[in-house]
Amino acid sequence: MSNRGPNILMAPALAWLTALMIIPCGLILILAFFRRGIYGGIDYTFTLENLGLVFDPLYFGIFINSARIAGIVVIIACILGYAAAYAIAAMPRHLQPILLFFAVLPFWSNYLIRTYAWIVLLNREGLITQFARWIGYEAELPQLLYTENTVILGLVYSYLPFVILACYAPLSRLNPEIAEASHNLGASRWTTFRRITLPLTLPGIAVGAVFVFVLSIGNFITPALLGGGQFQMIGNVVYAQFLTANDWPFGAALSMVLIAIMMGLLLLQTLAVERGQNA
Amino acid sequence: MHNRPLMFTILGVVFAFLYIPISVLVALSFNDGGLPTAWTGFSLKWYGALWENADILNAAFNTLIVAITSAALATILGTLLAIGIETRARKGRWLESLIFAPMIIPDIVLAIALLSFFSLLKVPMGLHTIIAAHVVFNLAFVCAVVRARLKSFDWSIVEASADLGASATTTYRRIVIPVLSPAIIAGALLAFTLSVDEFIIAFFTAGAGAGSTTLPMQIYAMIRFGVTPEINALATLVLGLSVTALALAQRLNRGGIPGQ
Amino acid sequence: MTYHSPLIAALMISGASASAQSLTISNWDGYMAPDAIAVFTAETFIAAELVLQATNEEIMGKLIASNGAGYDVVFVSSPFAEILHNLGLAETLDPAKIPNLVNLYPEATQLAHDPGNTFSVPYAWGTTGLCFRSDLMAAPTSWNDLLTPAADVAGKITMLATDRWLLAAGFLANGMSVNETDPALLDKVRDALITAKSTLLAYDDTTFYAKLVSGEAVMTQAWDGWCNYGIAENPAIQYVIPSEGSDLWVDTMVIMAGSENKDAAYAFVNYILDAENHRWAAENILYKVPNQAAMEGLDPALLTQFPNMAITPAQLLSYEQLRDVGEAQRAYSRVVTEIMAAQ
Repeated sequence: MSNRGPNILMAPALAWLTALMIIPCGLILILAFFRRGIYGGIDYTFTLENLGLVFDPLYFGIFINSARIAGIVVIIACILGYAAAYAIAAMPRHLQPILLFFAVLPFWSNYLIRTYAWIVLLNREGLITQFARWIGYEAELPQLLYTENTVILGLVYSYLPFVILACYAPLSRLNPEIAEASHNLGASRWTTFRRITLPLTLPGIAVGAVFVFVLSIGNFITPALLGGGQFQMIGNVVYAQFLTANDWPFGAALSMVLIAIMMGLLLLQTLAVERGQNA
Repeated sequence: MHNRPLMFTILGVVFAFLYIPISVLVALSFNDGGLPTAWTGFSLKWYGALWENADILNAAFNTLIVAITSAALATILGTLLAIGIETRARKGRWLESLIFAPMIIPDIVLAIALLSFFSLLKVPMGLHTIIAAHVVFNLAFVCAVVRARLKSFDWSIVEASADLGASATTTYRRIVIPVLSPAIIAGALLAFTLSVDEFIIAFFTAGAGAGSTTLPMQIYAMIRFGVTPEINALATLVLGLSVTALALAQRLNRGGIPGQ
Repeated sequence: MTYHSPLIAALMISGASASAQSLTISNWDGYMAPDAIAVFTAETFIAAELVLQATNEEIMGKLIASNGAGYDVVFVSSPFAEILHNLGLAETLDPAKIPNLVNLYPEATQLAHDPGNTFSVPYAWGTTGLCFRSDLMAAPTSWNDLLTPAADVAGKITMLATDRWLLAAGFLANGMSVNETDPALLDKVRDALITAKSTLLAYDDTTFYAKLVSGEAVMTQAWDGWCNYGIAENPAIQYVIPSEGSDLWVDTMVIMAGSENKDAAYAFVNYILDAENHRWAAENILYKVPNQAAMEGLDPALLTQFPNMAITPAQLLSYEQLRDVGEAQRAYSRVVTEIMAAQ
């Protein structure tokens, strides 16, 4: 296959990305090499201090912590999401789009409304507490809201449908005859799953994991609302630089490093998936 | 062949989790009192209030336009991009990174970058600039989903089709696209969902007009006093209308999804 | 009185009218009368539309990134008005075009951030203090009652999430200026606030009064106007300014330098400063307005129910205003990040 056909197919999207992402973001990220002006404007003297500041223990520590939380979210969301996608793909064909639809439907209702609904459920005098009392559980429940686990819950909830969607496509095309053949040859359901289904659908999980990790690490509103502002993820810090501190250069530096690290991780992951597939 | 009870249990658990806060917000939309702390009686008054609130309705309509248009554009561009990448003779690592970039770039950066860029070029802003901005990240997500499907695609079918004399267009139309359709639909749903709830990029690229306010922008601005039942009523309506639309689509599409 | 998002009257003219003099005003939701725009248009025949903003920071980001394009009048808090002025985005005001300026208290024309109202016109003002449940705890007297609370109220406390006010609590508790920039003193305040975090329920800017009403929180750092919403729901809620003092916050109207409808903008600002129009804010959103003509017409019962409405302008000016601290803003931002990231 030559490259000409594929290049034509890719051209529109690449042109769009160049014009509306690379160039604009490039113009902003380049500010990382300059200084914040006194009143929040830009002082165009070249400096590397912003990039250096990114690796300060405070900020780098927040990045590591965000990655940790995002990692936990990925694991939980991928297990639940893959299971759900598997179950949906196991349903009769005509029901599958309907189930997918209902899986994303909650997320057409607006993030703030859903988050406030969780707050109503989880706060100390909230619905879950009232339910516990109603069924006779008198002891004091552990704090459900404004903890790190609340943030994780919120992130898993927000991104679960993306995992389901990402895993569904590879699972849906899985040829049932292969599974049947494996079964007929004496393999248990679990072995079939482990040795055939899972490897073949790995790209779907990989994509879902990427979605969740990337979206979680940059999320700033969930830690603010469900965490009561008591947890700083790297998304909060970047947001704060641009909007609160009016420090676009430092915000740009943080973003640059964040993007570079994430790209590195993603490339590694892509290579790992390809190796896993060829095995 | 599948363990039926297990499948149903999984679906039950996951969907229960997904719909817990939804049940709460739907219930609150019928709560007569304003605060969520106590149920004071069933009432439709918030729906009435919603109906009179022209701003919310305008914003909801704008959101629909933005989400549908950007999802449609993103699906087309993203699918073509995915097919292009997977059929290239040489793997481009730079290309891979480029396509991940829109997902990785913090949205505040993209928001400010696009606003500055549009201002620099004196581009008039409105819903169209929001759509253009949303397509940027949406197409990356669509591309990723479709690529995942393409990785296990059996290209020998395409070669066979070419050997049998079919043109590239016919091959694509009758073989590749139908096989890809679950992934394309999943990608489109994903793009729509991302767009419907996106606030920060929309706020920055909307320009200064009230005519380009989207629902997330409107609601974020209204949270000063907490979420009022009026907004819950809106969310409930959105859900109800979506389910109705699905039911209608099913009615019209008795034949099932093409390509299945 | 309504505190929830008001029904925007069908009278409101939408931006679809392509008249040359179409004003774009950015404000917080519910901060003006729902029919303010409609009545303004009816009186002056100038079309106008209201665009909503959620926070100061977001509208500032948008204005800075676009050089204020498309906006004519913007409502922002005073430190941000200062920044707009320093960046050259705020119009230098011509008092002759705003006759209703005479309605303002004399104190409101000598505000620290803009003496003489050269680039901003105050719209509302007030203090930041402690809003608490008087039936669940003894009245607090010091900012340290918030930062190092008694055992029975620990874990039922919220502080404001916006960085300047979060820091202000620490500054005031330690007898410092709310615009302090000395790094050693900043570190001291940082440590005090990190210690305070362990007894906090949450940092909350918007729903703290609902928490007080439900009893989930017993003492909150609050703006006086917001505390009034709690008081309206539950009279046991009270507002007090601690002995160390408060800051004077001022929300202002700014005309954008790049506006193409400046005369219309002036007309709008003037319209808002009319005694009747301005009084709406005091009566409906329970905020004090710096408009003498408006405040003097207030129902005395309102002042009894909400005592913080009765504070005199002279008392207000005894408190320090938050100012833009220039370079030190980076240090502030870092300190707040340290506090919020601390475990």
